[in-house]
Amino acid sequence: MNTVLDVKDLSVTFALRHSEVRAVNDLNFTLEAGETLAVVGESGSGKSQAFLSIMGLLARNGRTSGQALLGEVNLVGMAPAALDRIRGKDIAMIFQDPMTSLNPSLKIKTQLAEVLVKHRGFERGKAVHEAIAMLERVGIPEPAKRANAFPHELSGGMRQRVMIAMALLCQPKILIADEPTTALDVTVQAQMLDLFKTLTDDFGTALVLITHDLGVVAGVADRMMVMYGGRAVEKGRTDDLFYDPRHPYTLGLLHSTPHVAHRARRLDPIQGMPPSLENLPKGCSFHPRCAFCFDRCLEERPALTPIGDGREKACFYEGPLAGRKVA
Amino acid sequence: MNQSPTNLIEIRDLKKTFSIAGVLFSRRLTLTALSDINFTVRQGETLGIVGESGCGKSTLGRCILQLLSPDEGQVLWLGQDLTRLPAEAMRKRRADLQIIFQDPLASLNPRMTVGDIIADPLRTLRPELNGAQRRERVLRIMEAVGLLPEMINRYPHEFSGGQAQRIGIARALVTEPKLIVCDEPVSALDVSIQAQILNLLAELKDEFGLTLIFISHNLSVVRHVSDRILVLYLGRIVELATGDEIYEAPRHPYTRALLTAVPVPDPKLARLRNIDALKGEIPSPINPPSGCTFRTRCRFAKPYCAEKRPVLETIENGRLVACHRWREIEVPEEAVLGA
Repeated sequence: MNTVLDVKDLSVTFALRHSEVRAVNDLNFTLEAGETLAVVGESGSGKSQAFLSIMGLLARNGRTSGQALLGEVNLVGMAPAALDRIRGKDIAMIFQDPMTSLNPSLKIKTQLAEVLVKHRGFERGKAVHEAIAMLERVGIPEPAKRANAFPHELSGGMRQRVMIAMALLCQPKILIADEPTTALDVTVQAQMLDLFKTLTDDFGTALVLITHDLGVVAGVADRMMVMYGGRAVEKGRTDDLFYDPRHPYTLGLLHSTPHVAHRARRLDPIQGMPPSLENLPKGCSFHPRCAFCFDRCLEERPALTPIGDGREKACFYEGPLAGRKVA
Repeated sequence: MNQSPTNLIEIRDLKKTFSIAGVLFSRRLTLTALSDINFTVRQGETLGIVGESGCGKSTLGRCILQLLSPDEGQVLWLGQDLTRLPAEAMRKRRADLQIIFQDPLASLNPRMTVGDIIADPLRTLRPELNGAQRRERVLRIMEAVGLLPEMINRYPHEFSGGQAQRIGIARALVTEPKLIVCDEPVSALDVSIQAQILNLLAELKDEFGLTLIFISHNLSVVRHVSDRILVLYLGRIVELATGDEIYEAPRHPYTRALLTAVPVPDPKLARLRNIDALKGEIPSPINPPSGCTFRTRCRFAKPYCAEKRPVLETIENGRLVACHRWREIEVPEEAVLGA
């Protein structure tokens, strides 16, 4: 295995007027070359903030501690100028809404070429040529023509392809995609997920897919990290978590997800709602919604612990989860 | 369903166009949002309407409710044409036809209390009720949708998305409607909350004897709630059949492509599926392709598909399909669809 990113004890806090909110707590994980890691959770789980902090893109009241090692280099606390040389080159990030990430007043080719000029020292003519080649690789028809378009002249799916092309221009080791297909139609989403698979295979890029959609995860991820209330609660191989979940929250998410092949079966949702980070429950944050909760869960927070087979979970309950209803 | 079901709504030859501004000084363009729409909604069923963005699904919902006036065609409510109903009569009729929107917080007036929001339709549609009767009814509905009585004096911003959607549902239910159009009611919600709202809608449907039109881009959700499903493409019906028929044996190539594109929460199945992903994206409704509008993305298209528009024909069991080639196209294997 070739570890491209090693995250240790990553925490993110936001200073509010009279208090402080911890959005991410003691996150530990590694990312291997060419693999796809899905980071799954609902609103407020900390899944996006964790990766924004690694990219140095937190809001101004945000503070990061811990380490995010890209090779020998720790990205946490790095000076902005130094970070600028790495971002976009070794590690890139794309977002849900490509329109807000693209500059509306510049042609596609100008925005793409800039990346190559800045990070790889290309002269402009060659950079434009290279940019058009990359547009073709990500499946944009008539790339030379589209390169002359402005972002608003392209559809949502096309814009997301442009973002992916931009992210891949420097052949980064890591691509972080935050809900990249959530705004897209299902047919375009399928094309996109296909593209991600090709990219990790062909470029050896490691992909972090941040999503709430377990259907998307099942199709592309090698490993999963499930987050709740700012903490990782279960980690392991995708198949293991889908077919044999060990954390009640993972089980609850699976039971809440409708499957296109089934009907009339009542969904078995998790009761209640995701907690507010300003007011996290004592003990295990999930305990008020958990059907397997017992005394210990109310007082003590379970640590993320290895349970064999490369899996980890943060839960005191040791009995079988299958067959028991969640709440 | 022993006795033959009554048709609550019958849509005949409905057409809706919008006039939009052309590029700088050029003449205005006509966008045809819906054409040749014919179908019925049966009393007590849930009819799902699916399609990609811009296919006309929300426009269709709004035309049924007369929130938009169709250019042509009829919307028959138990035989009575709503499009020709005088304004005052339509206003009275509105108590029977309600709607739930996608973004729950955006659809609630931030300056009104929950109690006033839910009671609001009663003021116009049930003017005979006095304040005490209105309050009694609001509390009863709040209980039915899982809101606590003490929430009645709170404001929308104090609620999460899931609870705000419960308020929207209560407002739709308070006039005791027969039909509710649900326009992407769970798309903006977290997964666990989405499941709670879907279950709630199913319970309310039984409790209040409702008929639902459920509009969504999410085929897994539509499959879960619907008795029959209508598939729209570029403003036209391409297929209408029961949920089981649609998912087990889709007849239209577009339905089939949509189904194979739906992500399934099952890794082994996901790997098995050979996704015959649709090429390209939905064409512009301002200048739709000739003949069959789907032909530009259809892998079964023949030259004649460009010349003649397929009619919506009735096939076995009253299913509807609009495709020249549906007879020749084999039904895909189960694994492809994720059964």
